Amino acid sequence: MKKPDTAKQMTIARLLLQGNEACVKGALAAGCRFYAGYPITPASEIMEAMARDLPRAGGSFIQMEDEIASLGAVLGASLTGAKSMTATSGPGFSLMQEHIGYACMAEIPCVIVDVMRGGPSTGLPTQGAQGDVMQARWGTHGDHPIIVLAPSSVYDFYELTIQAFNLSERYRTPVIMLADEAVAHVRESIVLPEAGKVAIEDRAGPTVPPEWYIPYADPGSGIPPMPRFGDGYRYNVTGLTHDVRGYPTTRKDEVEPLISRLFSKISKDIDRLQWFDSYYTEDALVTVIAYGSVARAGLQAVKEARIKGMKAGLVKLKVLWPFMRQTIDAVMGNSSRILVPEMNMGQLSREVKRVNRGNCEVMTLNKYDGTLITPLEILRKLEEIYPC
Amino acid sequence: MLETAHPIHKYLRSSKKFPHIWCAGCGSGIFMNALIRAIDRSGLAKDDIVLVSGIGCSSRLPIYVDFNTVHTTHGRALTFATGIKLANPALKVITIMGDGDAVSIGGNHFIHAARRNVEIASFIINNQIYGMTGGQCSPTTPHGVKTVSSPYGNAENNFDICALAEAAGASFVGRSTVYHTPLLDRLIDKALDKKGFSMVEVISQCVTHGSRWMGLNSPVDMMKWLKEHSLTVEKAKGLGETERKDKIIIGIMADLDRPTYNEEYDRFTR
Ligand SMILES: Cc1ncc(C[n+]2csc(CCOP(=O)(O)OP(=O)(O)O)c2C)c(N)n1
Ligand code: SF4
Repeated sequence: MKKPDTAKQMTIARLLLQGNEACVKGALAAGCRFYAGYPITPASEIMEAMARDLPRAGGSFIQMEDEIASLGAVLGASLTGAKSMTATSGPGFSLMQEHIGYACMAEIPCVIVDVMRGGPSTGLPTQGAQGDVMQARWGTHGDHPIIVLAPSSVYDFYELTIQAFNLSERYRTPVIMLADEAVAHVRESIVLPEAGKVAIEDRAGPTVPPEWYIPYADPGSGIPPMPRFGDGYRYNVTGLTHDVRGYPTTRKDEVEPLISRLFSKISKDIDRLQWFDSYYTEDALVTVIAYGSVARAGLQAVKEARIKGMKAGLVKLKVLWPFMRQTIDAVMGNSSRILVPEMNMGQLSREVKRVNRGNCEVMTLNKYDGTLITPLEILRKLEEIYPC
Repeated sequence: MLETAHPIHKYLRSSKKFPHIWCAGCGSGIFMNALIRAIDRSGLAKDDIVLVSGIGCSSRLPIYVDFNTVHTTHGRALTFATGIKLANPALKVITIMGDGDAVSIGGNHFIHAARRNVEIASFIINNQIYGMTGGQCSPTTPHGVKTVSSPYGNAENNFDICALAEAAGASFVGRSTVYHTPLLDRLIDKALDKKGFSMVEVISQCVTHGSRWMGLNSPVDMMKWLKEHSLTVEKAKGLGETERKDKIIIGIMADLDRPTYNEEYDRFTR
């Protein structure tokens, strides 16, 4: 008897999955073939599922001695062409910062999942927070671009993990998945898309022979093609500012174009990175802008507000960085009041306030005691700020 | 014409990167030459070799040579090397680290890479000082000596890197100085050939900063110092603690045949 095609079966079945498990399924569907990590709550399930599933998928897994080593190994593996990822939580994410900068500078694709817990320091290991939004943006030193995605459901975690790989391969840049503890641990029944239905992107390799290959020359898109180690394109990789050949340089006419290109290769596509879901926003006088598990409480609150006759809406952000200014501008054109509820002392709300040109009032609802923001809390706040 | 026919020239990158950053008389160049000769002897193809280094003077080496090269972050060369070897076991992975790089900031990675026995040929260029940052103490700077970060004398004890590697589980462990080039050649050959984690400690001279604590001024005097302070493993055997003290023991400290990490991982998972 022919063995059933388990991969295919899996894709059409309804599955009860935890967020962290969905992340692993997404990563494998995206083609992830290397994982290195270090145990930490609330991200450990990602590592455990990878340890089990990666060898079966023809990849390899390793538990490293710490998170610095984990991201180092991920970057090394990625240089050989393997799609690679790691997952961690606050303390480990702090340790990874130097290598995140290295990945930006040397343009090495990789995916880093940070399942946020309460901080600072060891903080609240088993409870949720959204306190790493600014760290994900600015945690590593120096000017650098970054892409950060935020799932708010188990399905999102699956889908956005695939997209995280796609973006990291397309732009040759680290992509951070910023999940919160609730999204990582909640179990939901989801139907995964059929294999082949979700587009998978792979990094572009050089098309010229090795003698002509100039590793960091801008081909026009701002994204240089990337060969795999061993394929005959011998080049130098460094975290120092480098010239187009990958050799260290301090020449200002080489430093400035490099740093500018690192930004422009992503910012040129900013309108392709406006990923959000909106609910009841057409006529909303008050709009909630939220991400992660808070967006779900936000949706419930908005529905209840509508029942009470309030014109409230919700925009759920899936991309946190680069900041979706166009999306936010559109919201601001509609509503006179905006509410940004967050499980932190106000991180993304700062950014919303920054881009507000005085045409809106931006309100916040902040919670940082380790408990979730409830629909009722958001509803109360909406009632309080609703323009009468 | 004679000069361009030197065997190492086919391994040097011609595109831009010369002159190099090393001070005249630095030991790093002697090691680079020895490494290239060994690679030439090994018959390994340039495309199959990955050279991975950390940050420091000696870690600049990969930039000058025509292989797949990664100049990583301070102390973390072995972490990148581990990922490379696991993701593509066909590649020959070589790491080059300084003493501060490998056993201070990278000390934890070093012992774990040795423990796992990942097939990486690692070389630690031990000049007993932080060269690149201006002559501060490293974990291998001798006790008592004065450096810019120990102006009253170094209160710390120094590491025996070979003993550390051996205890952590490295398959091949050896030490040479840059003065003893025939021995250095032999050790590099063995390290490149080893299935499993190999480590060769290369005692080198920093003419710019090491000279201060040594009280020596010229590279020639420093190399003579290396010669006079060295003792082969064989000769050292019969000697007591006091006679061995302050001596550089050179030779092979460990040469074992053990299954590599890759072999064991495959055995358990496939
Ligand atoms: C995280 C970090 N800390 C500090 C430094 C600064 N730094 C650069 S090289 C170096 C020490 C170099 O000494 P060693 O590793 O012995 O190599 P050498 O220069 O002597 O060859 C230090 C501390 C750095 N680059 N990164
Ligand atoms: S400072 Fe010392 S280690 Fe660095 S290049 Fe000069 S001599 Fe070599």
